[in-house]
Order: sequence, then C-alpha cells, then structure tokens
Amino acid sequence: MRVQIKNIRIIDPSQAKDLIGDIFIEDGKIVSKPLGSPDKIIDGKLKIAVPGLIDVHAHLRVPGNEGKETIYTGTHSAAKGGITTVFCMPNTNPVVDNAPTVEFILLKAQKEGLINVFPIGCATKGSQGVELSEIGVLKKAGIIAVSDDGKPISNAQIMRRTLEYTKMFKLPVISHSEDKELSKNGVMNEGENSTILGLKGIPKQAEEVMVSRDIMLAELTGGHLHIAHVSTAGSVDLIRQAKNKGIKVTAETCPHYFTLTDDIVKIYDANTKMNPPLREQKDIDAIKQGLADGIIDCIATDHAPHTDEEKNVEFDLAPFGIIGFETMLSLVLNELVDKGVLSLSDAIAKMTFNPARIFGLKGRGALKDESIADITIIDPKYFYEFKKENIVSKSKNSPFIGRKFKGGAVMTIVAGAVVWQA
Amino acid sequence: MSLNRKDLLGIEHLDEKDLQIVLDSVKPFKSLFTRSVKKAPTLIGKTVVTLFYEPSTRTRTSFEIAAKRLSADIVNVAINTSSVVKGENLIDTGKTLEAMKADYIIIRHYLAGAPDILARNLNASVINAGDGFHEHPTQGLLDLYTIYEKKKKIKGLKILLVGDILHSRVAKSNIWALTKMGAEVSVAGPPTLIPAGIENLGVKVYYELDEAVKEADIINILRIQLERQQENLFPSVREYVELYQLTKERLAMAKSGVLIMHPGPMNRGIEISSDVADSSNALINEQVTNGIAVRMAILYLLRPKRKNAGSN
Repeated sequence: MRVQIKNIRIIDPSQAKDLIGDIFIEDGKIVSKPLGSPDKIIDGKLKIAVPGLIDVHAHLRVPGNEGKETIYTGTHSAAKGGITTVFCMPNTNPVVDNAPTVEFILLKAQKEGLINVFPIGCATKGSQGVELSEIGVLKKAGIIAVSDDGKPISNAQIMRRTLEYTKMFKLPVISHSEDKELSKNGVMNEGENSTILGLKGIPKQAEEVMVSRDIMLAELTGGHLHIAHVSTAGSVDLIRQAKNKGIKVTAETCPHYFTLTDDIVKIYDANTKMNPPLREQKDIDAIKQGLADGIIDCIATDHAPHTDEEKNVEFDLAPFGIIGFETMLSLVLNELVDKGVLSLSDAIAKMTFNPARIFGLKGRGALKDESIADITIIDPKYFYEFKKENIVSKSKNSPFIGRKFKGGAVMTIVAGAVVWQA
Repeated sequence: MSLNRKDLLGIEHLDEKDLQIVLDSVKPFKSLFTRSVKKAPTLIGKTVVTLFYEPSTRTRTSFEIAAKRLSADIVNVAINTSSVVKGENLIDTGKTLEAMKADYIIIRHYLAGAPDILARNLNASVINAGDGFHEHPTQGLLDLYTIYEKKKKIKGLKILLVGDILHSRVAKSNIWALTKMGAEVSVAGPPTLIPAGIENLGVKVYYELDEAVKEADIINILRIQLERQQENLFPSVREYVELYQLTKERLAMAKSGVLIMHPGPMNRGIEISSDVADSSNALINEQVTNGIAVRMAILYLLRPKRKNAGSN
C-alpha cells in the first residue's frame, strides 16, 4: 500500500521540521521518495501532519473492568483523539504483574485494537509494594515501563530496589507520587474550597513529599524515575531542581492540571474528581511554566473511565478519574498553543518525540524516513462542541462535556492505514 | 414573601436580603406556639418526607413538628429499614419519594453534597438538614434568629465559635449567615481542628480560648466528637477539657451579659461545664424552640416556588 498525503503542513519536532510538503508512505513506513504512483492520495490542504500522538498514561481497564472500557472502545476513543500509541496502566483485575496478562492485553489489542498498545507492568507483585514483580519476565513479554500507579510504593526501600533493579532493563519507573497517609480519605484539593464544601482535602504536600523522596532515590540509584501527572507548583520546583542536578528524572502532566482549578468541584459533580485532585490557579501557572521550560516533558491523559452509575453518586463515594483521550489534543491546542505557553511544535513534541525518547519507543514519535507511519492530521480550524453523545469511550466521565474547542484531530493514521476520520 | 428558590442546600448560596427575609418571617410562626391551637393551614395537602441517613433526634423532631404545625403530611424514612440497605442509590431513593408525590424532601446525610445531588435530580424542594462537614443551614438560621431576637441586630456583633471547626457543618453555616449579615466572627480551637483557608471566609482564628472569649458578645460552643481523638486531632479528652471547656472561670473573663449557645447534643463536662450550660446566659433551650419556628418559615418560604410546578 502506497499513500501520499499532499500539500500538508508537516511538523516534526524530532527534526525541528515545519514546512508544507508531501508525506509518502510505503507499506506502513514513511519514505522520502515514493517508489511508484500512490494507491491512495490524501489532500492535506490547510491541515497539519504531526507524528502520531503517544499517550504514556492511560487506563484501558482490560482485563477485569470491561464495564468501564474495553480495548475496542478505548482504542477507538484514543484514535478519535489523534492518539496512535497508548501505554496502559497495570491496575487491572488481575493486575499486570505476570507475563500471561501482558500477553493477553497485547493479543486483545491485536484482535480488536485500533492503535498501538503498550502495557505497563506492576513494579511489585500484586502492586502490594512488598516484593518486586518479575520485571525481567514482564519486559520480555512486552512491557514499556513499570508502575504501581494508584498504589504508590510506600516503603522507601522497595522503591529504591525498584529503581535499582530496572536499570538493567532500561525501564522507567513511573511514580504516582502520593503519600497515602497525608491524603487519607481525601477527595479533593485541601484549601478554601474543600473547607467550604466540607470535603476532606488532599494537601499538595501529599504529592510533593513523594516526589522529593523518589527524586532522592533516583539520585541514589541512578534509576530512571518518571513522575506521573504533576499537579502542583511544588512538584514542578522539585523536578526543576532535580534536573538541574542531573538526576535522571522525567515528568508528565495532564490537560486538566493546566486547565481546571478546584473551583469547578463546587457542585459536587464527581466528573471533577480525580487523583491527584484539581489544584489552584498558581499551580496551573507553574505547570505551564514547567512545560514551557522543558521541566515537564510529556503531556498524557490519565484516561480513567468510570461508568455513570459509579460517578453519579455522593462525591465521596465516586471513584477517582476522568476520561481524556478525546480532549487532550484540543486542550493542548487551546490552553497551551493558543495562549502562547508553547509553540505548536513544542506542544506536539510533548505528545510525540519526548514520550518516544523517554520510553525508548523505536520508530515512533517522528516523521523521518523509515519511521513507522503513525500520523495525526490536525485541522486547526476544526470547531466543535464536546458532547456527551459523541463520546466514543465506553465511559462518559469528563468535566469537559459542553466545552467548545477550536482545532483537533481529523484523521488518525496507524502504520499507514487510516483508522479514524472525522 | 419568598426565597425564590426550590431548595435550601446551604447558607453560602443566600445573600443578606434572603437572610433578612428569613428573619422577618419567623415571628408570626413563633407566635403560634403560645396559642391553644398551634397550627396553621399553610401546607395543607402537602407531603413532607424526612430522609435521614444519620441518627438525629433533635433536628428530625424539630422538622416534624414544624411540618405538622403547618398542617403538612409528614413521613419519616429511617434509612436502616429502607431499600438503601438493599443497595439503592441516593438519586433512585429520591426519585422513588418524588414518584410518591413528596413536595419536600428533608435530607440528613453523612456525606457532604448529598442534598445538592438530590436537588439537581428532583423537582421536589430539597432541604439540607445537615450534610457531612458541609452545612447545616437550618441550624445556622435558627442560631442567627436566636441572636437577632435577643440583640435586635446582627451587624457589628462579635460572635465566637469554639471547638471542632474542621468537622462542624454548624460552624460553617453560622459563619456564612453571620458574616453575610455583618457580624464579626472568630473561631477558637486547636490548630488540628481549624480547616484550611477559613480566614478567607472573613473569620479570625484563635488557638487560645482565654484570649478569644474576651471580646465576644456571643459564644457558640460546638460539640466535640470523642472519636476525633483516635485521629490524633487532640491527645486526650482531659487535655481538651483543660484547654477548651467553657467554664465559669473562663466566662468570668468575657463581657458581662455574654450569651452562650450550643447546637446540641451537649457533652456536659467536656466542651461546656454544667453550670455554664444551665446559667442564665445560656440560650440553648431558646435555640430549640426557635428551631421549629425557623423551619416552619423555611418550609413556607420555599413553598411559593412549588406552586409554579402546578399543584392546587
């Protein structure tokens, strides 16, 4: 199959490329020159081609929680959002602490998935934070990183061993940084709003205490620490200091942490409940600065589907998490690029080139000769309202329902094949 | 007169004008209490349901008497015998009550925001009778009225709330009501029981009760939950009593004529000494009596909105 995308603005941060031209695809790979006439021509006029977006933090809920999401619905939702590669967190049922579960997810992805799926494995057995999981076996089965995500390793010695042991596999350790004692029973950011609402707060320090501990352990071990979903100004500062010291730490944030404050929790809508919680304007400002300064390397969704039945209850009883695949790109465009925080190329880098580099994904995150032809086509003038009835994810738990966007993905190409089109 | 709203979820959402409407509406209802027939036909043919997810004697009884004195039909749903124990969720429970044509649902819940969730899913008027650590608006209003009745004004009064501010919905509703009406509100308690950002609500914070009582015109003592000790919020009841009990000796440091309030139920000998609770400064029984009149006023003031929904 030979495809030609004509007259398109090509932005490839991996080679600092921004020009109008054609992209040639030959058997799923990008080639500099076509070997013959194309089987398919895509008109790219007034559109932008970028490397397929890579989401390093998502929950696909398979196996075990197919009521919330399946590989089929999850990858369709991601494709709609312009995402061509997704890393899925291991807090499934059973958890991903064994090779058969990794293989099951990969098999499912092959059978019903629309995009590339890379499982993240548990750092410890059962994500219990007591014994290391068989990380070498998991690596062989296909994991891209290790994490106990929502059940962060509380024992510093175990975290040290995790960072140490993973070095030989060059696997990043993703830390959901949360001191579970400080955040105990908390459901939103601690501050004036939690006081007014009478909801138990989670102080920012619950995150920052663990970010600092893990940075110190990364310094001790030389292991690769990746801080998940940075939500506070303090965490940005800590990561900045660590990077200045040359410690091997990378970080991601999510669109909601640079878009929303805890003011929107005010009507007790559980679609505003996630962990870490929405913070304050000064945190948003610091996160934006951190993105601009390159302190925060990646933008990820933390796509966390939950059913209406689970969410439409008392705020305390609802599970944490919101979906994010279908809104990430538009939020990045509107909140970061349009507001002058990042250039379009730098913004795209945080969803393509940087994740590929940090997690060692070969052949992806770039539009070079021989790159796998994962391409997202953006229409910068695509106006739309994010409506509940248009959500493709099996779950509809988004605080962005009703929001109007300008710009988004209009076509998603995985290995040269168009998998989704607006 | 009307509050021009369907629900009473919290005092946060009311303004000074609304609060004045409530204050002005209570008296006629209270005057019924001294008559031989203590009943008005205001809510005849209306159905009021109390839905209590937490034990309560005082508040539920107060609402029940208020509704009965307005000639409403009142049904009490006790949660341990209802279908909630079979796993029914809050919204479905509310919809079931609405299908039975409940006009008012008075909800007490151990979780903050439960009344808000109910209110936006139902056409019935929802009255918050206390939700988690959020608000207890009718208590706030009855405290406001009790002060107003005694002092004939609110503006400029100095009111001190003592104790567990962090877990107190009564404190929250008092703070909103009093600050909106121009009172100066301060709180006193151990730092572990003072919630984050409370100063932003216009409240002064004291840790030392001896210091705090000096200027107060009214001291409102909050109930201390003994289980807070297990959460390490204070080390022992003995120490709490030592530091925060309102005693005769502490009262002597306050202005003469200072008025004492307590939302009940009291832990005599813990947050308040018996002699203070029984002293002539105490308004505790008046609070209870006023509670009924204030709740009648609220049922009345929320009612006009219901007329538009097309009954009668």
